Amino acid sequence: MTTTVDEVLPYDEALAAFDPVMGLEVHVELGTNTKMFCGCATTFGAEPNTQVCPVCLGLPGALPVVNAMGVESAIRIGLALNCEIATWCRFARKNYFYPDMPKNFQTSQYDEPIAFNGYLDVEVPGEHGEEPWTYRVEIERAHMEEDTGKSLHVGGSTGRIHGAEYSLVDYNRAGIPLIEIVTKPLTGAGERAPQVARAYVAALRDLLKALDVSDVKMEQGSMRCDVNLSLRPKAGEPTSPEQAAVPLGTRSETKNVNSLRSVERAVRFEICRHAAVLSNGGSIVQETRHFHEDTGATTSGRIKSDADDYRYFPEPDLVPVAPSREWVEELRATLPENPAEHRRRLQTEWGYSDLEMRDVLNAGALDLIERTVAAGASAQSARKWWLGEPSRRANTEALELVAYADQVGLTPAYVAELQSMVDAKRLNDKMARQVLEGVLDGEGAPTAVADARGLELVQDDGALEAAVAKVIEGNPDVADKIRDGKVQAAGALIGQVMKEMKGQADAGKARELILSTLGEG
Amino acid sequence: MAELTRDDVAHLAGLARIDLSEAELDRMVGELGVILTSVAQVQQADTDGIEPMSHPMPITNVTRPDEVRPSLTADEALSGAPESELQRFSVPRILDED
Repeated sequence: MTTTVDEVLPYDEALAAFDPVMGLEVHVELGTNTKMFCGCATTFGAEPNTQVCPVCLGLPGALPVVNAMGVESAIRIGLALNCEIATWCRFARKNYFYPDMPKNFQTSQYDEPIAFNGYLDVEVPGEHGEEPWTYRVEIERAHMEEDTGKSLHVGGSTGRIHGAEYSLVDYNRAGIPLIEIVTKPLTGAGERAPQVARAYVAALRDLLKALDVSDVKMEQGSMRCDVNLSLRPKAGEPTSPEQAAVPLGTRSETKNVNSLRSVERAVRFEICRHAAVLSNGGSIVQETRHFHEDTGATTSGRIKSDADDYRYFPEPDLVPVAPSREWVEELRATLPENPAEHRRRLQTEWGYSDLEMRDVLNAGALDLIERTVAAGASAQSARKWWLGEPSRRANTEALELVAYADQVGLTPAYVAELQSMVDAKRLNDKMARQVLEGVLDGEGAPTAVADARGLELVQDDGALEAAVAKVIEGNPDVADKIRDGKVQAAGALIGQVMKEMKGQADAGKARELILSTLGEG
Repeated sequence: MAELTRDDVAHLAGLARIDLSEAELDRMVGELGVILTSVAQVQQADTDGIEPMSHPMPITNVTRPDEVRPSLTADEALSGAPESELQRFSVPRILDED
């Protein structure tokens, strides 16, 4: 295992001399019920080798057949990325020997991808006082292929490939449909290249989620990013024949970067590493690199070699895919609103400030709020409830808000129900908070929690009137002030009335009653 | 078509993970050469204006619905494996070059 620590140049210095060029390859596992070429299930986490058959094990004579939903999803992804859709295309065999690929080839697409020449406009958030920026990521292609099996390396000290005595392979994942989305070389991002990379992967994730074609869980590997990076001199003529031959610079490919933050860090690290090599007069080796979450650094993997001679040829066991234009247009009509436009529309509809919207997005509450509003709550109340106690507890438990809500059974319908009880004056704000805590503690629906805990505003006006009369009588000085027009003094009395009512009164109503009794209503 | 060289055969053998002795390499250069020459005769046919073909039947869009079919059991799947462990296929230490 390589233990060399690469030299890096400070980021600012790197950017002063070089222009980063990126190419991002994203693999996304489709959420189909079955694999791309056979009817095996695709359930995540199943017992090893229980979702395999002669086709995905590559047994002799097995005949693959294309999953119609795989093609449909690929076309919808292509359309959402503003791509052209091929009128006719084929699968190809990518030949290589590796134990996680039991057929000794991967069924992929080569020079005839199903979707090509697209783009995705990405909103790059403003940081350090910069303005938000829209960057157009040009899409080279999106093609269909299949995933590989999963290896467990036994006997090595680190669990990684190096030093392993042997490997144990589970083929449940082999054959699961993958779409590989490849960008064109991305230039002009300059010092914001790392943020552009992150924003692109985030936008792609949101888009794929909105398309409902994948669960896009980077932590489970259903979405994975390979980062290609090279540097070219900032300005002027090439300084060497080597540069002239490779105008965009020689690239490294950092494999399987599996979180948004890691994408950003990997780009940044590679910029600094390339810059150090080039500044010292060295050359970049075209190689595969591995990203390490703990250090934020990449280390050298495999050098591109003869082994990358894949000898592609058209897959003879599958017939060409030729989507009719009618079908493509039908699928275009099923496309959801672009997530960025969707967010802008909701912000306008809900009347959120930019700051409020940012908090909502950071909390991962957009979808929950949208569903809460659909269930009848106002946008402001939905935001208030979701960003309150549930967000606080999700944060404490290091869970995404959606995952936390799922875990404790807090639904948008419950939040809407809670707010409707407040609107109906059945609960005051303080009581509603207690009810919400009860829901989070697993005591059931808001109505049930309120009933069980005996939380309900006293609706009996007689009791409230009696309490108001008693408090006024007990505080003649304050009452006089209010009679003299010092309305703000009512606060002291409201507190006492609430105490008399054991908290189970509507403070607003108490205030009205105090003021009207004292002739200021 | 260019003549098949000994280096070509060694390269292909490497890609295919086939260990060939020096004597076998020499023999294969000759034998594969004969096969290529024979097949190359096809290239004499006039194919101007004829679309290349990758499948014998002129059909497209053969698909199946996205419905789960029974898989093999793990025992069945592993029945042909020379070695297995933890319900997984046991394979030799993975490639040195990685």
